[in-house]
Amino acid sequence: MYLYSLTLQRATGAVCAVIGSFSGRDSKKSAASGSSSSSSSTQEIAVARGTTLELLRPDPETGRLRTLLSVDVFGAIRSLAQFRLTGATKDYLVVGSDSGRLVILEYSPDRNRLDKVHQETFGKSGCRRIVPGQLLAVDPKGRALCIAALEKQKLVYVLNRDAAARLTISSPLEAHKSNTLTFSLTALDCGFDNPVFAAIELEYAESDRDPTGQAAEQAQKHLTFYELDLGLNHVSRKASEPIDNGANLLVTVPGGGDGPSGLLVCCDNFVLYRNQGHPEVRAVIPRRADLPAERGVLIVAAATHRQKSLFFFLLQTEYGDIFKVDLEHSNDTVTELRIKYFDTIPVTSAICVLRSGFLFAASEFGNHALYQFRDIGRDVDVESSSATLMETDEGFQPVFFQPRALKNLYRIDEIESLMPIMDMRVANLFDEETPQVFTACGRGPRSTLRILRPGLAISEMARSMLPAEPIAVWTVKKNINDMFDAYIVVSFANVTLVLSIGETIEEVSDSQFLDTTHSLAVSLLGEDSLMQVHPNGIRHIREDGRVNEWRTPGKKTITKVGSNRLQVVIALSGGELIYFEMDMTGQLMEVEKQDMSGDVACLAIAPVPEGRQRSRFLAVGSYDNTIRILSLDPDDCLQPLSVQSVSSAPESLMFLEVQASVGGEDGADHPANLFLNAGLQNGVLFRTNVDMVTGQLSDTRSRFLGLRPPKLFPCIVSHRQAMLCLSSRPWLGYIHQGHFLLTPLSCDTLESAASFSSDQCSEGVVAVAGDALRIFTIERLGETFNETAIPLRYTPRKFVILPKKKYLAVIESDKGALSAEEREAAKKECLEAAGVTENGNANNGDQMENGDGQEDGAEDRNTLPDEQYGYPKAESERWVSCIRILDPKSRDTTCLLELQDNEAAVSICTVNFHDKEHGTLLAVGTAKGLQFWPKRNLSAGFIHIYKFVDEGRSLELLHKTQVEEVPLALCQFQGRLLAGVGSVLRLYDLGKRKLLRKCENKLFPRTIVSIHTYRDRIYVGDMQESFHYCKYRRDENQLYIFADDSVPRWLTAANHIDFDTMAGADKFGNIYFARLPQDLSDEIEEDPTGGKIKWEQGKLNGAPNKVEEIVQFHVGDVVTCLQKASLIPGGGECLIYGTVMGSVGALLAFTSREDVDFFSHLEMHLRQEHPPLCGRDHMAYRSAYFPVKDVIDGDLCEQFPSLPADMQRKIADELDRTPGEILKKLEDIRNKII
Amino acid sequence: MQASDRFNINSQLEHLQAKYVGTGHADLNHFEWALNIQRDSYASYIGHYPVLAYFAIAENESIGRERYNFMQKMLLPCGLPPERDED
Repeated sequence: MYLYSLTLQRATGAVCAVIGSFSGRDSKKSAASGSSSSSSSTQEIAVARGTTLELLRPDPETGRLRTLLSVDVFGAIRSLAQFRLTGATKDYLVVGSDSGRLVILEYSPDRNRLDKVHQETFGKSGCRRIVPGQLLAVDPKGRALCIAALEKQKLVYVLNRDAAARLTISSPLEAHKSNTLTFSLTALDCGFDNPVFAAIELEYAESDRDPTGQAAEQAQKHLTFYELDLGLNHVSRKASEPIDNGANLLVTVPGGGDGPSGLLVCCDNFVLYRNQGHPEVRAVIPRRADLPAERGVLIVAAATHRQKSLFFFLLQTEYGDIFKVDLEHSNDTVTELRIKYFDTIPVTSAICVLRSGFLFAASEFGNHALYQFRDIGRDVDVESSSATLMETDEGFQPVFFQPRALKNLYRIDEIESLMPIMDMRVANLFDEETPQVFTACGRGPRSTLRILRPGLAISEMARSMLPAEPIAVWTVKKNINDMFDAYIVVSFANVTLVLSIGETIEEVSDSQFLDTTHSLAVSLLGEDSLMQVHPNGIRHIREDGRVNEWRTPGKKTITKVGSNRLQVVIALSGGELIYFEMDMTGQLMEVEKQDMSGDVACLAIAPVPEGRQRSRFLAVGSYDNTIRILSLDPDDCLQPLSVQSVSSAPESLMFLEVQASVGGEDGADHPANLFLNAGLQNGVLFRTNVDMVTGQLSDTRSRFLGLRPPKLFPCIVSHRQAMLCLSSRPWLGYIHQGHFLLTPLSCDTLESAASFSSDQCSEGVVAVAGDALRIFTIERLGETFNETAIPLRYTPRKFVILPKKKYLAVIESDKGALSAEEREAAKKECLEAAGVTENGNANNGDQMENGDGQEDGAEDRNTLPDEQYGYPKAESERWVSCIRILDPKSRDTTCLLELQDNEAAVSICTVNFHDKEHGTLLAVGTAKGLQFWPKRNLSAGFIHIYKFVDEGRSLELLHKTQVEEVPLALCQFQGRLLAGVGSVLRLYDLGKRKLLRKCENKLFPRTIVSIHTYRDRIYVGDMQESFHYCKYRRDENQLYIFADDSVPRWLTAANHIDFDTMAGADKFGNIYFARLPQDLSDEIEEDPTGGKIKWEQGKLNGAPNKVEEIVQFHVGDVVTCLQKASLIPGGGECLIYGTVMGSVGALLAFTSREDVDFFSHLEMHLRQEHPPLCGRDHMAYRSAYFPVKDVIDGDLCEQFPSLPADMQRKIADELDRTPGEILKKLEDIRNKII
Repeated sequence: MQASDRFNINSQLEHLQAKYVGTGHADLNHFEWALNIQRDSYASYIGHYPVLAYFAIAENESIGRERYNFMQKMLLPCGLPPERDED
């Protein structure tokens, strides 16, 4: 079996993010040369999303984040840093990854790509203890960088430039120290003195040797300064000073004239200011009032804001609270450090402050957000200061605060993130054309159930009812230079309705359009005249109100029209073509006639090329399944240029011109291209390239769009020509980041559509469907899925679909949180407490200052959303959990059972017991008092059996059965319930008051985490030991293992593929298929004892037979769910997976040997010619834990179009194909998946 | 030291052990072996962000706290070392 792996949705979580002027572009004017802090250059955010690197740019006008570029680097990105050479205006990006290499990238905005400037190898690949890559620091003046490992190794590279102003990099200087852990690394800002790097270090050599434990207790973290002597080209360990043992993070303090230099050292509960030879300045981090005493407060993300005369730091704690840190200093002496509560936003993995007044928060779980600063925390608020630090017998006096509503920040945009996907199901619960992907995402209060649909989201702006069912709609401008459309013209079966677009959209009758007949086409002609084509003629409305009417000869009627701005072609009944052209005076003149052999099915004229009088090409579709290209040149007018036969009669034709672009915002170089698109009657969209000179057709592609013949309409998407194809569902063909994409839209069938542009909506679409007129815009271009989110209460663990009612049953649980009632009570208490403080003490002052804000504040406090602030923390051994029945259609929760007594739901399944008394029941496995450290421990496990009441909307507990271990897996089997209880596989039957044990097998090595069944086979997944294949012998009532895997696998997800095959994913990010060899399988099936005798003999403490691993692939992300499903109607099934980082991918089995050969060769060439951006070898990455086997990486293959044209040709030649054919192949295989 | 000594197996091993932390030798005891395994594991968890996130979900902690905890555990991952035999 060969598989094609393709990521459908790239990872959406964020590992780290940095900000810089990577494009070096100026937003307003050219930056003053030599000034490194020119404030006019635009800033971009580089975000590492696991294995992809993304460049985002906030649009200061709309306040939305736009993705400039997203590259798959085939390696784990662990750290990012940005730097700029003195005097330059452009930033470089440094990437620390698992490649054992340091990579410096430069963004070239013209070609919209990242180029590798330097790649320096220093060690082995992989995320290892002593191979640098985890920590990265760059001198603020861009003179040197330091890359460090968690232990021992630190390498310093000197950065410089050569005569041609190119970046140069030195060979590495070592600053190693054995037996020393590094917690954090940063560079000091010391102006133009020698660069200094600082690290939090901890030496462990002593504690390894001391059996009394004294050394370990006394182990002391040190703050070590490394100075790079640029003159001697040497790194020296300059100073090493003891520091608070809770230190975890260093933040550079501006220096060199802008500030006192030095460092902020973030520790558990404290922030310190340190510098060489400077006394420590210490302040406590304020604590949330409801935080349990045993918990510390740790800073997890930090950002620095610098302006000319001011700087401050924003530090975020692990609970999401952001504090503003100010330093009071005179010259280089810091006298006071103040920590003031700023605001609370969801916990981030990185925060970035932009010069334009935005804050980008890359959330660690859930959606990322862009905030705008309303204030910089100048108001009085809870504050702790080094000056008021109080030391008591129990340590330092804490400062408490209550989170409040946002005061300084204001959220303006959100980027969706699926991270983490906990469970996933693909099903068509809504009876739509394509199945939906249901994903349980997020953590804690930010958990959601997200329904993903392939396609682009639309946001509807208006919808109005029309008196009858319209058949077509157009929009026209009055003048070619107008920004906005003037009229919407709607044609019904025998009337035409004209709506004028203004403040509102209303019907008008002074437009001169003929309204007593239906229309065939309405458009702008020439500069400023309008044309309406109706069955009996062409009505040409001049700008001054004169109307010229051309009438059809005899009793003929016009059947089809094709037109552009200057040319019109009509087809009369009987198959006669008449060609008109607009002359200099603005008159529409008949130029040529031509009899076609039969009726014309459709017509289209290519748009007039820039600077030309006319377009040369007319496309005519006929009912004899052909499309002809006719010339419109005066010397060979209406003479055929080329013919293409198609599989079915064409219904609609459209020329799509791709303009030549060199550079630009989102594209590499494109030569101009003209594409002819045809919607055929069998529902296929046919697309072919038209030679701009000869009119020859080449490079044809076709794609099935839906059950209805696609009708094609032009529209505008991000200032470019795009195409709407309306079949049984609408599709949009558009160009995104240099690729042509054809993507479905998430809306119901549309009849006719036109682009729409008005004051309120610059790029919309107006469409008719049924008797409604709809105006909508298309959002989030380039995305594969659009999502609808339903909020959940706790981290979703698993869910099942209840097929009969199409409801979902979700189990949610969270560790270390308070139950709903306790939270309610705590909230009330804290409100009362807040009321007390308001009645007269220090806080009162600022409340008064805020004036009317006080009331809002008080009200907000009442309803602080948990999504923003998180649940209050409880002791770590406490659990909260609930079971929910959800109707995904109405998004209603019909039943929510909160579990009591510290119980946490861990598994769920539906089960039909064979006595059929209760019908379908729901089984939920729970664990009470579950603890993970130091060893897994629990007070009891239970299996709850619920029956559905109220037509499946609600649950009623039938009984619960105590078990001795955690029941992590449940499954129905032959009218009974199979449960994996710890390491025991047990078969239960339903009793009156509890479940009855029928049979068990205790021979599983660790813990059973998954059970699948098929016929009489049971496929059991063990937490550490991969799959075990079992059989149940009814006559002997015995469960026995007949085959297992020889490889230890820490299973995180499993799925049944076929009778002999299981697909699994392990904790290290591998997907593999385990198959029982055919002969063994036959032998077991034929053996009357079912291999039992052999089993009794045993073999090396395992099962007598071993499964073979037939597929291996390293995804590079923890796969949490696997499912075999098809995402397109009528498509083959593929294996869909979801990961912790929020990506969704698919593995498709190849059906032909040629395809396998082709793609494996393509992959091989791409590996050679186009190695991954961050320096990891592609083959080594995909084989990180096990050698990759029989999987072709589609993500790499899909990078083919981004190669330079000559490289594409070179690879294509090697494969005996043209680049076009390769692109077609890539498109075809992608279309098989989605 | 003679030139030939530089290439004999022992000095090569010593060189490896000095350069690559965690390289074993014949006299390695169980505790030392486990120390390396544990430290390597923690370093791998910290290096692989998705794995770190996976732990963070299980423990309901923030990823930053989880990373810090793992770093702290690298100091003494296997508890106290055993008493040495006096030989």
